[in-house]
Amino acid sequence: MSVIAPPAPAEAAPAAGPARRPGTARIRFALTVIAVYVAAAVVGPVLLAYDPVATRTADRLLPPGSRTSDGGLAVFGTDQVGQDLLAQMLQGARVSIAVGVATLLLAGLIGVVVGVVAGYFGGFLDGLLMRLADVQLAFPSILLAIFIAALLGPSVVNVVIVLAVSNWVTFARVVRSQVLTVRGREFVDATRTLGAGTWHVVRRCVLPACVAPVLVVATVELGHVILAEASLSFLGLGTPASTPSWGVTIANGRNYLAEAWWIATIPGLALALLVVAFGVLGDALRDRFDPRLKSL
Amino acid sequence: MAAYLARRLAFSVFVLWGAVTIIFLVLRLVPGDPALLILGSDATPDEVAALRAQLGLDRPLLVQYGAYLADVARLDFGPSYRLSGDALGLVLERVPATAELAVVALSLSLLVGIPLGILAALRVDTLTDRVVSVFSLIGQSTPSFWLGIVGILVLSRTFGLLPSAGTGSPAHMVLPAVTLALPFLAILVRLTRSGLLEVIHEGYVQTARAKGLPERVVLFPHAIRNALIPIVTVVGLQFGTLLGGTVIVETVFSWPGIGRLLVDSISHRDYGVVQAAVLVIATSFVLINLVVDVLYGYLDPRVRLAGRA
Repeated sequence: MSVIAPPAPAEAAPAAGPARRPGTARIRFALTVIAVYVAAAVVGPVLLAYDPVATRTADRLLPPGSRTSDGGLAVFGTDQVGQDLLAQMLQGARVSIAVGVATLLLAGLIGVVVGVVAGYFGGFLDGLLMRLADVQLAFPSILLAIFIAALLGPSVVNVVIVLAVSNWVTFARVVRSQVLTVRGREFVDATRTLGAGTWHVVRRCVLPACVAPVLVVATVELGHVILAEASLSFLGLGTPASTPSWGVTIANGRNYLAEAWWIATIPGLALALLVVAFGVLGDALRDRFDPRLKSL
Repeated sequence: MAAYLARRLAFSVFVLWGAVTIIFLVLRLVPGDPALLILGSDATPDEVAALRAQLGLDRPLLVQYGAYLADVARLDFGPSYRLSGDALGLVLERVPATAELAVVALSLSLLVGIPLGILAALRVDTLTDRVVSVFSLIGQSTPSFWLGIVGILVLSRTFGLLPSAGTGSPAHMVLPAVTLALPFLAILVRLTRSGLLEVIHEGYVQTARAKGLPERVVLFPHAIRNALIPIVTVVGLQFGTLLGGTVIVETVFSWPGIGRLLVDSISHRDYGVVQAAVLVIATSFVLINLVVDVLYGYLDPRVRLAGRA
């Protein structure tokens, strides 16, 4: 049973020290994890070379911690052609993170343009673009991605296109609602009264207001996009086998579950941890900058 | 209510038309000749020309679009190039298996997800809440295909408790249903928790408390019922994610549903079946959302009255 809280003692507030902004610990944790991944993706393949066509039959399916025939230590074991799993995962981190970032840049660009056009100019264009967004939201996005990917065939560029096409709507909606709020504010009217053109108002007044919500959406979506890329690759519709993203490695490992559990499980753990980090970061950023976006 | 129903129905038809149009455009805009895509690169030019004529690819785009709409309206997706029978029939044969899986997964998510969300909200900022929230975050972040593989590895291969593939007994259902349910369940936990936390501070909940109602009555008819209203909509929308998830889960567990047929047809370039499967999944999604919208209008009168102003 909740009762009305008694008024806090006057000295309690200063004793608490400066109010901590919400989510600081979560942001630190997530950024640390993400930084480790990015560093591994950038530096890893340089330190531990990965050659996608090499086969070393003597080193096939070695369990984690084994010594390979050339004396190296296979920390996470080797796969069905004797490739070091860690080297493959470091290369995969590059692919997955690069695909994720490229997809978000493309989806974000499309979304911001559509959102600004729809929100700022309104009218017929707004109706048309938002109905298009509704139709797409009413269509399972992974299904659309599978359908387009099936026709385009597996390649890194195609994955980026497919995922951008199925992810721009969230950006467009958030930007549009932000534009609608900003458009009517006094400083925008003032700018226009001073003779600023449409382009100037959009660039100097409208776009800066969209930065925070777009960043929040991008963080939340980055985790989703990396997951979607892995799912497509797992189905054989994502990155081709010569560019092993984590999804490709897990799909390969599925055929060797009986002999080599590590091929499928370790990359999946790495993937889940990264997506968790983006989820935590997205939540924390949203709580701090834009609590209205809660439903994302 | 009738006007609201008519509006929702019109929107559903509009969405389906949009889906059909997107499929048509994607098929035609993809670089490369669909006839060549279907026949493969070893086809002779004569075969390609014959199929082009048969598919109407030599006619103007708008004529093709009209013919395509007419075919779809007659539910004619042509024959399957790989299996005997017409494409739509093959897809419809697989509906019961997928529906069974989806319904079990959905029930599991609702029966576990909503109570867990309520529990977390009622004990907000305690250890229980933290554990539930972390579980929900991990559930949303774990790739379902990977979860399925780990399930097979641990429960089927190591302990031999459950079958790893196929259908036939309730035991066959456990791994696929749990794998499919988990991400959805995790979303439900999160939404229920935040929804309940929002209403719990509303005036009418405080009033209920202030007039001395027992906590049980405050929570169930007042807080939880209202917190669940927005969840109905999200369940409808997220159901699409669940349907998309069946494609992956069916592939992992060799479940004989639409999803696996779709993936198999893609790898064999059987585009008639691919289109029919995509449209059947999209249609069921649209129908479910129509039901959800109607339900929502019934639960919350503000919604069905909103469009009239």
